[in-house]
Amino acid sequence: MTLKDAIVSSVDALRANALRSILTMLGIVIGVAAVIAMMAVGSGAREQVNQQIRSLGSNLIQIVPGNVTSGGVRMGSGQSSTLTDDDARAIVAEIPSVQIAAPILRGTGQIVAGGTNWSTGILGVTPDFFEAREWAITSGREFSPDEASRGGQIILLGQTVKRQLFGEDDPIGQAVRVRNVPFEVIGVMDRKGQTVFGTDQDDIVFVPLPTARQRVVGANRAKNRSVSQVMIKVREGEDLGAVEREVKSLLRQRHRLREDADDDFQIRNLAEISATREQSARTLALLLAAVAGVSLVVGGIGIMNIMLVSVTERTREIGVRMAVGARPLDILCQFLIEATTLSVIGGLIGIAIGAGVAKVSADAAGWPLLIEPQVVLLAVVFSGLVGIASGLYPAVRASRLDPVEALRAG
Amino acid sequence: MTALVEIEGVSRTYRMGTEEVRALIDVSLSISEGEFVAVMGPSGSGKSTFMNVIGCLDRPSAGLYRLAGETVTGLAPSALASVRNRRIGFVFQQFNLLQRADALANVELPMIYAGIAPAERHRRARAALERVGLGDRLHHRPLELSGGQQQRVAIARALVNDPKVLLADEPTGALDSRTSLDIMALFTELNRQGMTVIVVTHEEEIARYVRRLIRFRDGRVVADTVQQPADVAAALAAWRDAA
Repeated sequence: MTLKDAIVSSVDALRANALRSILTMLGIVIGVAAVIAMMAVGSGAREQVNQQIRSLGSNLIQIVPGNVTSGGVRMGSGQSSTLTDDDARAIVAEIPSVQIAAPILRGTGQIVAGGTNWSTGILGVTPDFFEAREWAITSGREFSPDEASRGGQIILLGQTVKRQLFGEDDPIGQAVRVRNVPFEVIGVMDRKGQTVFGTDQDDIVFVPLPTARQRVVGANRAKNRSVSQVMIKVREGEDLGAVEREVKSLLRQRHRLREDADDDFQIRNLAEISATREQSARTLALLLAAVAGVSLVVGGIGIMNIMLVSVTERTREIGVRMAVGARPLDILCQFLIEATTLSVIGGLIGIAIGAGVAKVSADAAGWPLLIEPQVVLLAVVFSGLVGIASGLYPAVRASRLDPVEALRAG
Repeated sequence: MTALVEIEGVSRTYRMGTEEVRALIDVSLSISEGEFVAVMGPSGSGKSTFMNVIGCLDRPSAGLYRLAGETVTGLAPSALASVRNRRIGFVFQQFNLLQRADALANVELPMIYAGIAPAERHRRARAALERVGLGDRLHHRPLELSGGQQQRVAIARALVNDPKVLLADEPTGALDSRTSLDIMALFTELNRQGMTVIVVTHEEEIARYVRRLIRFRDGRVVADTVQQPADVAAALAAWRDAA
């Protein structure tokens, strides 16, 4: 008896009891659907996180000034002015794995354009920053090297700011005022979307770092060469952890910190922050996996139950098959294949339903629909295994029937 | 003529609860190729057990059984299945066709287990059905056929692997007299073509048409006679005239 004959014959047998077959499959259908939906939701969420990390720019390390204790008063992180332009320059000069170290000065302010105004974040940056963030402009131009070093009164707008101040109009060449200082809009940045934490990255404007220091951000900072942040882009293929350690020791040395002193800066790895989000997605996936596992086991028991009933009902058929020459092995295979066909068809239906559920939830949550082929394969293989496991006992029972007894049955 | 079925000192004992039932007791006989035999006896006489043993469905508790020169006592269940598949064609009282399958698929069943390719299976099943006069009923399911036609499908199924012997267990038990005669006429014709036919029956009327009559009682052969078979064709003609 060939495999094809066996499969044709099992499909026939299952069709003869269509309703019962469908009900029997239900457990497997639900189990596999849950697995597929779970995996798709998991990888969709992960893909979304990855996209967000990519939107931040890859291989990035942030350094912010640390919390300093000044006469028993602990300042919040980023409040001190221990980090400077020179630190940034030293990092890129002395650590070969660092491609870019961009100093950033952060402030906020009201931006006025004609009759409208908008409160937003103001970043004083060097052209390096845009390269590190892999952030391009959609219209206009970037800072020229001369403007960047001298500090011209020019400004780049994020998409949100542009929309708030100018709507659909072209802002290039328009004048805006920031803290009563006039600026010329020279460009509009690409859309970046939200961060992992839901912050609108496009609600921002950029001015050259010297301009920010002298005219926009508070005079206190202007005294020294301090910055609010240094953004480091690590060369492709380099280990972020190793670079972090090198940066840490370099800065400690530059800041002349004693062995026992705390760091006066903080190093943040963006990928690490996002990993937390991924972790919670993984927990959800585990929970779903448990549900799926239980459902598959219950489905398997259902199949075993129905196969036992089927063996009893078809005892006479088994007898006839044996009389015309079916060996015990043939009978065993027949019922095993029947159980497996049942569970694999259930698995395929489950994949379809699971993919549907994944599509709906991906649309609702706004992340990409991602069903990996190996997950589908795994689901098929797994449902096949459930079929074999649950069909084995009934099949063995069928194959051990005595032909004389079987022919005598109802 | 060469001996086809040879049994020597065959006994078959069942255990029913604490009681031992001796269904066959030290039976020895031989059936040659080309014989047309009826096995008779009241219920409990051992004729069904005899049938099961020579059909390789059951294994004797003691004794020796050779089928077409091959010793089959002591063979494992899968080897016995192969012997049944190649050597024996079964015809049952209740036809025992698969209800889901059409006539052609039913007749193909033994060839599936013989490992014959689908195209060849198809061709031979069609030929077998034509041989029993059902060439125009290939795709009918059992429920769409009369009892006589169902039994013909079963006979085609029994013939399709070119067995050495046709074993019919009460083949006319579920049929009316006229149809019974049809089936006996078919057996007679098959036997005339060289097929060894063994019919188990309790109907004296049926036993008239065979050449050799073996009677069982209490697990033993009590009579083994040769007779001139009645003319089944004439009997059928008489039916037709009456109608």
